[in-house]
Amino acid sequence: MNTSRRGFLGGASTAAVLSASGVALAQKKYDDGASDTEIKIGHCCPYSGPASAYGVIGKLHQAFWKSVNEAGGINGRKVNFITLDDGYSPPKTVEVVRQLVEQEKVLLLYQTLGTPTNTAIHKYVNQKKIPHLYISTGASKWGDPKHFPWTMGFQPDYHTEGAIYAKHLLSTVKDAKIGVLMQNDDYGKDYWEGFKEGLGKEANRVVKHVTYEVTDPTVDSQVIQLKDSGATAFFNISTPKFAAQAIRKSADIGWKPTQYLNNVSASVAAVIKPAGYEASQGILTAAYLKDPTDKQWDNAPDMKTWRAWMDKNMAGANQADANYAFAYSVSSLMLETLKRCGDTLTRDNVMKQAAGYSKYVVPLALPGITINTSPTDYYPIQAVQLARFKGESWELFGDIMHAEST
Amino acid sequence: MPAFPKKWLLVIIALAVVIPLLKPVLPDLVSDYRLFLVSTMMIAAIAVLGLNLLTGFNGQISLGHSAFYAVGAYTAAILMDKLDVPYYATLPVAAVVCFIVGYLFGLPALKLEGHYLALATFALALAVPQILKYKWLEDLTGGVQGIVLSKPEPPFGIPLSEDQWLYYYIFVVMVILYWAANNMLNSRSGRAMMAIRDYHIAADTMGIDTSLYKTVTFGISAAYTGIAGALSASAIAFVAPDSFNFFLSIKFLIGLVVGGVGSLTGSIIGGIFYVLVDNSAQALSTFVKNDLGLPFDLSAYTVFGILLIVLMYLMPMGIVGGVYILIRRLQRAGRGAPAAASRPAEAGKGH
Repeated sequence: MNTSRRGFLGGASTAAVLSASGVALAQKKYDDGASDTEIKIGHCCPYSGPASAYGVIGKLHQAFWKSVNEAGGINGRKVNFITLDDGYSPPKTVEVVRQLVEQEKVLLLYQTLGTPTNTAIHKYVNQKKIPHLYISTGASKWGDPKHFPWTMGFQPDYHTEGAIYAKHLLSTVKDAKIGVLMQNDDYGKDYWEGFKEGLGKEANRVVKHVTYEVTDPTVDSQVIQLKDSGATAFFNISTPKFAAQAIRKSADIGWKPTQYLNNVSASVAAVIKPAGYEASQGILTAAYLKDPTDKQWDNAPDMKTWRAWMDKNMAGANQADANYAFAYSVSSLMLETLKRCGDTLTRDNVMKQAAGYSKYVVPLALPGITINTSPTDYYPIQAVQLARFKGESWELFGDIMHAEST
Repeated sequence: MPAFPKKWLLVIIALAVVIPLLKPVLPDLVSDYRLFLVSTMMIAAIAVLGLNLLTGFNGQISLGHSAFYAVGAYTAAILMDKLDVPYYATLPVAAVVCFIVGYLFGLPALKLEGHYLALATFALALAVPQILKYKWLEDLTGGVQGIVLSKPEPPFGIPLSEDQWLYYYIFVVMVILYWAANNMLNSRSGRAMMAIRDYHIAADTMGIDTSLYKTVTFGISAAYTGIAGALSASAIAFVAPDSFNFFLSIKFLIGLVVGGVGSLTGSIIGGIFYVLVDNSAQALSTFVKNDLGLPFDLSAYTVFGILLIVLMYLMPMGIVGGVYILIRRLQRAGRGAPAAASRPAEAGKGH
């Protein structure tokens, strides 16, 4: 009896001491994956498989956090960036994300890539209350803080972009007959739904809608079908290789519609140059980042910083690849979010900081485009600006358009 | 290949039942994540078993089993999503649907042998993800967006975690399926299946209805793989066309060859191998780069490939075959037989 009583007293006093020391350390608070010396971040993307072209995004993130650590880390803590290969296969994503969360015990996940892959883990990360930030997909469903308070996207969503093109098209092209070329997957579908919504009652103006598979060799026959339909406007929802083919083919066969090109393929080096400058004059797109191959940004300070960083940390990488600019921009935002967390590295605080941006400027964003978030607004970038291709670069025109207003 | 000793089988089953219950005692060793990994291994083992029935025991090559896996997964997902059917009730339906699809596909496949059959099934594997995206089926399949499901929860308030429950559920299904396969193979029908594999014309002459057996085997094989697909739909709680690309078929085939063609134990080892090596290949490639500091930037698949080549070179009959030969050699060495050197040549001959 005596012993157990002593044990109880001892336990009680230990508890008291512990809680007292808890008060003393109140400024520093940690969840799993954070400590005085380290912050663990989890990431996955396809380094192998059919979508491995996106692997460069993961490579840049690795180099980014390495350079952050070499410069002293974040508030004295080193970042332990753990990145795994999911091969763009949803079951594999579930497996690697569970590994990151349950075995590695990361503080947060960020930039996990792909729409089907992120859909597979959407419920799981929200049940586990793991911050799932700035994920690498333009689908419109990621900004839903009411049902999924732990998931946040980054780029303007495809749906909104599609709607913006539709509005512009209706107001500038008289009696338009519209032809659409679409990649047959979730990304293509999202643009197409947004575009249809933007057309509203005028949706019957679409006279021809053709699709291709990402494994197809060319889209030549699709472009010929579009020409034969007599379309006077062309919405090109395709990834870089196919976008270039479509632009080139339409010029070759003498089809001259008003062309709208999705932002995914707005790279001058990867799309416009192979398609030919002559064939590309007058094409319209919507942009939110500075294209590294666009000469007008050569003297912009953030572009110069980025180039110097690339030369130092990713020597030999193709700087014309817009994926590198995108990844750098997102990683900079993640870095800022972690800096703002200070010594309170809890998952709650990470989300609070991520949802607390007001007119913050990230590197490589177009002038006037800023990060704005709130506990009810989980779309960091919602603005785009239309641009027309002229000479050898994009010429921005019109006002910056906010998704809220469309 | 000899049957697995019964005593050991019981020990393994007992361990498989008890170990997950140790989770509160050894939380680091028996974590939810590890149980989930073992569950994926068991699902893979069932799928590999399905392929083994067709390829290993009946001699028909298939590169299209990802298609049956997809059909099983989508059947389960649609039933749960549209009709609120409980997850366990989806298994028999998935099995029947896949049996019918497999049987029907088996009919024209009768005219095709060897490489031609492989090509026809290859086309099936390529076509199914496209069909799932087709606009007429979109209301049902969710198109490219797939279908989001809920994970099975333990019934009657049993104090198990979701992953523990999932583990037992899949384990029971796997044991039943292996028991059924074992019984079938040791019956008249099983011997007929293997006779067709070994010498088609002789089997025909002996009065075996070869076309019936071949199509039914195709159906049963598809049903097994379809059940695995339905289990994976519950375990992952999401299906999408991207989950069932052609590479999945190759993985089943790798599991089959590595584990051991024509061996039930081999199918389990193949399933374990395919999950384990796939995971450790990346860990190994980062280890070589970061920890050993070697200047090789090997992709995970390079490592995976090298491992496969080494394994095939050392154990051309799969892991089970390799271990079996090794045990026999050790036994002979134990008995001190000096003439053992001339024996291994015989091992390859026997049918």
